[in-house]
Amino acid sequence: MNSSQSLVREGILGAVHKNQPASRPMPHIPHFGLNDTNDLVALFSQGVARMAGEVITESGPDLDNFVRTRFPNAKVICSAVPECRGTIGPAQLGDWSEASKIDVSIVRSPMGVAETGSVLLSDLELQVNTIAFLSHDLVVLLDPTQIVRNIHDAYLHPHFKARPYSFLMTGPSGSADIGAITVHPAQGVKTLTVVLTADPGAK
Amino acid sequence: MSAVDQAKNAEAFLEDTVHEERLDKLLWMGRMRRDAAARQVPEWEELRTLASEIKEHTLSNLSEHLVEFEANATANGVTVHWARDAHEHNQIVYDLLTERNIPTLIKAKSMLTEECELRPFLEARDIRVIETDLGERIQQLDDQPPSHITGPCIHKTTKDVADLFAKNYGSDPNNEDPAYLAGVMRDNTRPEILNAHAGMTGANFVVAETGAIIVVTNEGNADLAANTPPLHIVSVGIEKLVPNMESLAVFIRLLTRSATGESITQYTSTFRGPRKGAAMHVVLVDNGRSARLGMEKFWPSLKCIRCAACMNTCPVYRRSGGLSYGSTYMGPIGIIMMPTADIRKYSELPFASTLNGSCTNVCPVKIDIHEQIYAWREVMEEKGQIQTVKKQAMKVADKVLSSPQLYQIATASVSTALKILPHFAIYNRLNAWGKHRDVPEAASETFHQWYPNHRLKGNEVLGL
Repeated sequence: MNSSQSLVREGILGAVHKNQPASRPMPHIPHFGLNDTNDLVALFSQGVARMAGEVITESGPDLDNFVRTRFPNAKVICSAVPECRGTIGPAQLGDWSEASKIDVSIVRSPMGVAETGSVLLSDLELQVNTIAFLSHDLVVLLDPTQIVRNIHDAYLHPHFKARPYSFLMTGPSGSADIGAITVHPAQGVKTLTVVLTADPGAK
Repeated sequence: MSAVDQAKNAEAFLEDTVHEERLDKLLWMGRMRRDAAARQVPEWEELRTLASEIKEHTLSNLSEHLVEFEANATANGVTVHWARDAHEHNQIVYDLLTERNIPTLIKAKSMLTEECELRPFLEARDIRVIETDLGERIQQLDDQPPSHITGPCIHKTTKDVADLFAKNYGSDPNNEDPAYLAGVMRDNTRPEILNAHAGMTGANFVVAETGAIIVVTNEGNADLAANTPPLHIVSVGIEKLVPNMESLAVFIRLLTRSATGESITQYTSTFRGPRKGAAMHVVLVDNGRSARLGMEKFWPSLKCIRCAACMNTCPVYRRSGGLSYGSTYMGPIGIIMMPTADIRKYSELPFASTLNGSCTNVCPVKIDIHEQIYAWREVMEEKGQIQTVKKQAMKVADKVLSSPQLYQIATASVSTALKILPHFAIYNRLNAWGKHRDVPEAASETFHQWYPNHRLKGNEVLGL
């Protein structure tokens, strides 16, 4: 930061400090639970469906076969998980814009959120972030024991303090900007399939 | 510069009943969805109180939180810039692009960049700017600013968009299917995204504790703009700070439910730093915010999280359209934010309200919006910013309403006057009520006339 930039910074911070009202206390945030049910898988599944995603509970033992059956026209299948071979892996993408050639990407989420039907993804699972957006379809594996109750619980996940990039994804890309009618996709994936399956790597 | 005449601007919108009725219906539907979503969360009111208190804590300790954010973001590999005003912000963005010889910027939606008029600034200097949010791109192609904070083109019909895309993209003007139109946009925007060397997003929240930028979208365009090119620029107003991830959860639970009635958006993204080989720059913008922080009555407007619930519920906004406000921020929240930027230009905005308090009731961070609107009217009066016609009408109202005798004479004569007065005497420029609707029939007697004949006599008891 050069001297003129330092001057600007000091000017803004000085004005803010001078003008900010007398300090108000930070409130205590209670531990909110779910009041109606503890069936997190059912709540999570309802949330995914409400946002136009789909939850699969019986994918069979062969994930490659599941993906090929579900997306019979897919030519490029990018797998970021050991349970599925696909046709390529994220490491084979030279430039991040190359993910646009992918038909289907498969990735594992470390956490689901029952309240909203969201799945957590980060640069750690994706390896190449754009595979979650530039692919035509996205399949997310989720261990049902890794579903938390609500957004309060979700933001306790270590990813949010450790990863450069992480996001809660809820349903496929959509927009209601034209005529207030929600359509899929907008700029991201057209479909989101969440496969509930145990994580073999989980401790 | 003359004052924006919101009422006059709204007249043009009201003449076109197709757009007016449709907008009113869509926005009210948004309000109903918000109410239904709120009812699903038992602790909704507790969350609103918490959100208000967290924001008040953050704003009253803002300088400390800003320094904390800067330190943590810098440690994450982010370059933090500071801009006192719109010009400094625009210049920083321009320099970041030209230093790298980048001719095109792909952008996600950001009200701050609208406020700073970044697009015309860059375009005048030969930088192409491509909006990647569907609604924002539609407004860009139509050379209009957004008319709503979360739905930039909500005032347009599907036919309007079909015509606009036909003109700009050569698509079928007779196909009004929103899915088809979204596909046209996707096909035309995807190559721009893939070839871009710089992407820009705004920020819904900024987390001091982790140095994180939080971006909330439905389309996936912001994540693409941030992740595909090697340079990610973030524009953010200094009031967007929240202390930590624990408090962020409160706002995430309120924001989308207040905006659209969904429990969350499709993408709620956290950017803490650049990926390997890429760069991330955050521009912290003041542009009048520190001055507003010092306004005893008006600083709470800085709590706003841009959900637009106040706009969806406002009877004036719903029937006049966002463009009529002639300002970056519109509707009730715009009315209380814009005069701090230019008191003369926006002197008429505080009168574009019925003061019914609906905006305050739905605000997720409990801003006393309608009380601030009233306070702005007082400021306009003190500063001599009220038009003569309005001033005279207020003087008459003041006299009549402060005298019980005058008030009773005035109300008793309304019924007779409406029956005998010629049309031109009722419907003229002095009667704004009658401009686009019939004056309602007056009751045959006033309450004062009715009451003596209906009051209980002696030992009579009301039969309930």
